[in-house]
Amino acid sequence: MSRLTLSALVSGLIFGLGLLVSGLGNPAKVLAFLDLAGAWDPSLALVMGGAILVGLIAFQLAARRQRSVLDEPIRLPTRRDIDRRLVLGSLGFGVGWGLAGFCPGPAVMAIGAGEARAVVFVLAMLAGMGVFELIERQR
Amino acid sequence: MTIDFAAFTPASAFGGGMLIGLAAALLILLNGRIAGISGILGGLLRPGPGETGWRIAFLVGMVMAPIGWALVATLPAIDIDASYPVLIAAGLIVGISTRYGGGCTSGHGVCGLSRLSPRSLVATLAFMASGFATVFLIRHVLGG
Repeated sequence: MSRLTLSALVSGLIFGLGLLVSGLGNPAKVLAFLDLAGAWDPSLALVMGGAILVGLIAFQLAARRQRSVLDEPIRLPTRRDIDRRLVLGSLGFGVGWGLAGFCPGPAVMAIGAGEARAVVFVLAMLAGMGVFELIERQR
Repeated sequence: MTIDFAAFTPASAFGGGMLIGLAAALLILLNGRIAGISGILGGLLRPGPGETGWRIAFLVGMVMAPIGWALVATLPAIDIDASYPVLIAAGLIVGISTRYGGGCTSGHGVCGLSRLSPRSLVATLAFMASGFATVFLIRHVLGG
């Protein structure tokens, strides 16, 4: 296994553990966070806080480098424009997120927990991404 | 608004969040890539040279997390209450719209906000707002 494959594997593993520890991997807890008018569980705001605290440092370091520690080009997004696709796509994502309590990361992780419902969600999500690719190729 | 203090888990939420941040840090500093799950998945459908292996490895790592966890301890709760039709509809919507919006909770919410990206701030505010609105509609208007 190459060093790049290994580092991606370890990164994914830690990401998955973070989802499990934080509670973001549990759709019921996600929906309790999104339910402002019910018995609100603010935990997920702290998940974002903890992740961004570490992320701020890492992306500051990354922005100063051209190549990664393992000598790959560092690919940081450069766009700064706010367009309709960004806003409408994100609004649509929130609707899907609120329907089931799943966003892409937790759904992938939950496959490893043997959740058949996560498998169904991920397959539907991949189909949605496939639809996007088909539409894009026709443009 | 009523805060459910019995369900509030600040320490594990913050600690788990730091793990997610650490994973994103490792991927950008070692591989030079953004840990955005919808982008990692979507990129598999548009394969480029050298762009498949690390994506598969990252996803395998994510799936291995609960498998490894279960070997040493009881898994935390993963309660999925949505029915299969709702899961299919939600999955389709999340799949197509995260590609249009260029990211999800991880790519925009964690990595983008960490980069202080204005696009990601707008995206995060948008999906949080529609997420809140959707759950409000389902639970308090339609009475689901």
